[in-house]
Amino acid sequence: MANSLPALVERGLSTALVQARTFPLVPALAPLFPGGALRQGSTVSIGPGVAPGVTTLALSLLSGPCARGSWCAAVGFPDLGLAAAAQMGVDLERLVVVPSPGPKWAVVTAALLEGLDVVVLGPSSGARQASASHPGESGRPAGAHPGESAHPSDARRLEARARERGAVLVVVGRGWPGADVRLAVLAARWRGLQDGHGYLWGREVDVMVGGRGAASGERRATLWLSAEGSSAQVQLAVTSRGRPLEVGSAAGAVG
Amino acid sequence: MRRVRSGEGSGALIKEALPAASPAEPSSAEPSPAEPSSAEPSPTRALVALCADWAVIAAGRPPSARVAVVEANRVVCLSPAARSGGVQLGLRRREAQARCPDLEVLQRDPGAEARCWEPAVAAVEVLAPGVEVLGPGALALPARGPSRYFGGDLGLATTVAAAIEAAVASRVPGWGGCCRVGVADGLFAATTAAGHAVAGSPIVVPQGRSRDFLAPLPVSTLTGVAGYGITTLRLASGKPRKDTSPKRAPRKDTSPSGDLVELAELLVRLGTKTLGDFAALPAPAVLGRFGASGLRAHRLAHGLDGRPLQPRQPPPDWTVDVQLDPPAEQLHAAAFAGKALAEQLHAQLTGQGLVCTRLAIEVETEHGKQLRRSWRHEGALGAGAIAERVRWQLEGWAQGGGVTAGVTKLALVPEEVHPDDGRQLGLWGKDAATPSRVARALARVQGLLGPGGVMTGVLQGGRDHSDQVHLVPWGEPRQPLRPNEPPWPGRLPGLAPGLVHRPPLPAQVTDEAGQTVSVSSRGVASAPPAWLVLVPGGSSPGGPPLAIEAWAGPWPLEERWWDQNGRRRARFQVVTAGGGAYLVVREKRGWWVEATYD
Repeated sequence: MANSLPALVERGLSTALVQARTFPLVPALAPLFPGGALRQGSTVSIGPGVAPGVTTLALSLLSGPCARGSWCAAVGFPDLGLAAAAQMGVDLERLVVVPSPGPKWAVVTAALLEGLDVVVLGPSSGARQASASHPGESGRPAGAHPGESAHPSDARRLEARARERGAVLVVVGRGWPGADVRLAVLAARWRGLQDGHGYLWGREVDVMVGGRGAASGERRATLWLSAEGSSAQVQLAVTSRGRPLEVGSAAGAVG
Repeated sequence: MRRVRSGEGSGALIKEALPAASPAEPSSAEPSPAEPSSAEPSPTRALVALCADWAVIAAGRPPSARVAVVEANRVVCLSPAARSGGVQLGLRRREAQARCPDLEVLQRDPGAEARCWEPAVAAVEVLAPGVEVLGPGALALPARGPSRYFGGDLGLATTVAAAIEAAVASRVPGWGGCCRVGVADGLFAATTAAGHAVAGSPIVVPQGRSRDFLAPLPVSTLTGVAGYGITTLRLASGKPRKDTSPKRAPRKDTSPSGDLVELAELLVRLGTKTLGDFAALPAPAVLGRFGASGLRAHRLAHGLDGRPLQPRQPPPDWTVDVQLDPPAEQLHAAAFAGKALAEQLHAQLTGQGLVCTRLAIEVETEHGKQLRRSWRHEGALGAGAIAERVRWQLEGWAQGGGVTAGVTKLALVPEEVHPDDGRQLGLWGKDAATPSRVARALARVQGLLGPGGVMTGVLQGGRDHSDQVHLVPWGEPRQPLRPNEPPWPGRLPGLAPGLVHRPPLPAQVTDEAGQTVSVSSRGVASAPPAWLVLVPGGSSPGGPPLAIEAWAGPWPLEERWWDQNGRRRARFQVVTAGGGAYLVVREKRGWWVEATYD
């Protein structure tokens, strides 16, 4: 018994160390996350919200870790605009894209979680593709539909792999019951377009954050993105935080 | 002097008809340093094979097609059909098209010609070693040894012609009898003989009779074999230079090849019409009057060669393979064999000071299934790295259902081999080595999906959002296709779209009255767009009509209007109710969603 005590302590310590390690986030996103950073081993889901904007949100999540030298991957995101990723501050040299993993998406994601730091699972990986041809076909178990969750056993295995390797799994555009942090876009407003002239240069996104454990309790924030002129970088800022959201006012603000 | 031509069965006859081989030297030779002397070793006996109309064959056209290949606006090669249509070599392109209106004119592609010639060279190399490639469609071979084996020069000539024609026929059918073969002492005489041969009957000039064979030919023979792009200079000095056909060489060409053209013309004006007449001139006089290049031509007229054959070194084959008997049913057994192979390959390559940057792994199963996949590595593949890749690849095939039976054969084929000149990594940031954990994970995914399954993007210049990113497979050099620097007018400022649809999603844009919005050729929209409908089709599931709340455009974009890849588009940005924003495009009377600002 005396032998096992140090082992236990060590195991406990190593778990604590893994939990203590985090990836940095861009300052605008930091207040939304418990501890102000992306905890290693956690799963973040960016659910299908009321308004579009999940891709931008996922990219803004990546930009913090990527700028600090972490390696990121996007699985099942065939349409992902990498120019937008670069604009958000993601270093394309350290962003790897697996556009169409097909029915092997779960194996691919697991392999990527093994070596990379942040893995984004796109809306059209696996489940969506399988059901696009015929629901319940091409090797995926029934119940996998676009926007719906993956098979529970696959999901649990991927979460466990992320936890074990200290990586972060970001699931975009589908429900993921086991996610530690859940983000959703409530509304989006655009700046720059008039009737027939102008161009899109700014955007406000209302985000809701919830989750389990330290992330439980709903928080809301409005993120402000702008890229004026030909500047290659997007400014990301929080305009107001913690105030209740008036969805009714969203439509009026559209440029 | 007779021109010696031998048909299929008449080779021996001609040998008898000519007096026995004697040292073929000019009789009046007094020893002088410039005079070809009897002490000089007789030139190598050479076989030259030429493929007529090679540029047309390499372009993959049948003989019945009317095709002319032009270079610098002059016809350099013709198909038989085009020749019978009245087109000649050396014509200008317009003139050729005027003579034969349905003529297909192709630009010369020396790279493709050389690539296409390679299988034929390999086929001849199987028969005899020491093949020299004179150019695309032409090769030379030392004939002495092989001709004894194949039962005489004639037998060798027929065998080589058959081998080349078989190799050609496997790529481009219908070109039987395209190969002409000549055998003579010396490369010049052999090439001239091949140039005069016809299909099916090689010309064999008996030993020591090259000078007699050349004597009745006109001095213009010195300028090379017309239609094959082989200049005498190439034969005389063996300098690998880009040949310009003598016909097209400008008058005031200062190159040595131009010298020969001038020399031939001058000799004719001087009354020396045949090579025999030229050879009869005393060598010191030729040297004094025509200089070094004249002397070289004089030696060629004597049937003495400027140089020996330069046999090409067959490319080394680094492939290592192992037959597994009994077949490896277990993955780890095959992987273990792969490890031994990897060490063998690595030792072989490092022994030569080489590194492998691209490697193909080939597997054959009991059921006869053959699998092959290439792997690339930015640095050098060490023995351990090769073994790991073999294991990942086998795992990938096993999981993906590629390998369904025992593995009977495993082979490693290095596809790109470079001298090992080391690799210097940057000290700070930029090109620091990929961490090994990342490289391992990505290699495993490549094993599952293939090298093209894992991509990384590079920003580049372009007007479209889809053009602005170039995706390269992981491990390949990250090079943009187009530079980013020059201004790209028509590039949209502001936020970049989060989703770029490739191909664009079909859509419908209508005005308040429900009429499709169109854009006039002056770039004016027919009405303000009011509704956007995503039409189901392709990969898009479609969607309900979306009310457009704000819009901008149209921004016309006309690209490549000078060729058939040209596109004319008018782009709009629209914001719809509910907070969606799209980049919609009017093109070819249809509407498309090119990108979504998600």
